[in-house]
Amino acid sequence: MTRAKGWLGALPLLVFFALVFGIPAIALVAGAFTANGEPSLANVGQSLQGGYLTAMAGSVQLSAVVALAGAVLGTFLAQAVVTSRFALLREAVLTASGVLANFGGVPLAFFWIATLGNSGVISGLLGLPSGALYTFWGLVIVYLYFAIPLMVLVMAPALDGLRPQWREAAANNGATAWQFWRFVGLPVLTPAMLGGVVLLFGSAFAAFATANAMVGTVVPLVTLKIASALTGDVLIGYENIALALSLDMIVVAGLVMAIYLPLQKRSTRWLR
Amino acid sequence: MAALTGLEPVTAPVRAPSRPRLWRGAVFLLAAAYFLIPLGASLWYTIYTPTAGVSFAAYGELLTAEGFGSSLLLSMSLAVATIVLALLLTLPAMLAVRLSAPRLRPVMEVVCTLPLVVPPITFVAGLTTSLRTGTDVLAPTPFWATLIAVQNPAFPVVLVLAYVVLVLPFVYRSLDAGLRTMDVRTLVEAARNLGASWPHVLFRVIIPNLRSALASASFLTLALVLGEFTVARLLGYQPFAVWIVTISGSKGQLSVAVSILSLLLIWLLLLAVSTAFSGKERK
Repeated sequence: MTRAKGWLGALPLLVFFALVFGIPAIALVAGAFTANGEPSLANVGQSLQGGYLTAMAGSVQLSAVVALAGAVLGTFLAQAVVTSRFALLREAVLTASGVLANFGGVPLAFFWIATLGNSGVISGLLGLPSGALYTFWGLVIVYLYFAIPLMVLVMAPALDGLRPQWREAAANNGATAWQFWRFVGLPVLTPAMLGGVVLLFGSAFAAFATANAMVGTVVPLVTLKIASALTGDVLIGYENIALALSLDMIVVAGLVMAIYLPLQKRSTRWLR
Repeated sequence: MAALTGLEPVTAPVRAPSRPRLWRGAVFLLAAAYFLIPLGASLWYTIYTPTAGVSFAAYGELLTAEGFGSSLLLSMSLAVATIVLALLLTLPAMLAVRLSAPRLRPVMEVVCTLPLVVPPITFVAGLTTSLRTGTDVLAPTPFWATLIAVQNPAFPVVLVLAYVVLVLPFVYRSLDAGLRTMDVRTLVEAARNLGASWPHVLFRVIIPNLRSALASASFLTLALVLGEFTVARLLGYQPFAVWIVTISGSKGQLSVAVSILSLLLIWLLLLAVSTAFSGKERK
């Protein structure tokens, strides 16, 4: 009786998910492997060639740079916040991080267009060449605006967990600051940092709204390619290429997870 | 920042702690520059033009801009519908998993994590394809009308469905955090033994205990739906975020003004989330 009830409660969600998520997933895979109504590898093959391959490489490169730079800078900022004696400053930075980590998409693009865009306030002062914001490094700077706060949110609790006693114990045993970080600090922080890097990579990789709103971006990105293939900006019949590209994206995201999960397991094993 | 650097000389004689403090000051200064300059520049961009000088016209113009009201209304109603549907689907499922079907827990975990792993744009790609194929395949059946009605531009139900999938991870985390703080099984058994009906248990026992978790799930959903661009743009609808991009070409100042307001809105929503949780702790 209770078991039947339990099933009933979870049923609507599972049915909903199967319909709204499952059917598109099946359609995606089926479409990616169909060309001219027949099963084929042509779309997938084409999605890994020429401009599409460049776009995929561009996306991966951008996400990797954003993830690594965001992780390093975010960790430094988090460490500065956590060790600060000023409670108010700490609160302010953590609240701001929460807000900015959620501040992605279209508004983020307009912020930077107003700042460093062709008619931006700061680019005028600096005399930046036209289009400087719309390059690879321009996009990195824009993406870091949400990536660093995200990393601060991930790292602050982990850094809080580093007890001062560990540092004192290490110092009493004659360890230098470098040795403390190398043999105590970093190993304890590794799981959180790995998680942060994966999170940053994922959000930069999936970002579409920001890049799309920055009209005139010269950086090839796979999300932009999918969108233009889907909305028929190019020739008709390219939808299946969009599906193949989407499949490639999911594979990349899946690969990142496949690398991350065992690493995470290894690095947390001794913490338990 | 000034207060921080001003205090340094006081602690300077003690050598060991003074070095990291200098380092910390530098980090804070750099971070402040990187995060505050765009904010200030955007604000300046919206209120200053070389011809008209300083004016707040961009913010006034917002209210009268064509499409502002209708797109905001659409986004708001989509958000409300998404919140209601997401909670209606998730809460019973999570209660069921806790009360009588613990074996479903891994399934729930996967269902509520997948939307985070799969990039939204690939989800839309699959969704548009299935909608198109569905319209072709179902043309002779009564389901066809349903599929068309779901895509009604006045109120695109399909967006609500897609948004529910996208917010599932956040709703799940919030509710999970709320359910962790109470012993659901004991509460339900106690209430049932005292003769309470199931609806009574749900509305008078469970939901009051979950109030802060429900509030935080709702605010997070609201923030996500109001800012959502990818799905709406690719399915061809015009809620708020899509509208901003549409007008940005002709009204640059206005779009930046909206961006500043949306930063404020996110801040207010997160404030609401945190007060919802701290309010509970006080009790």
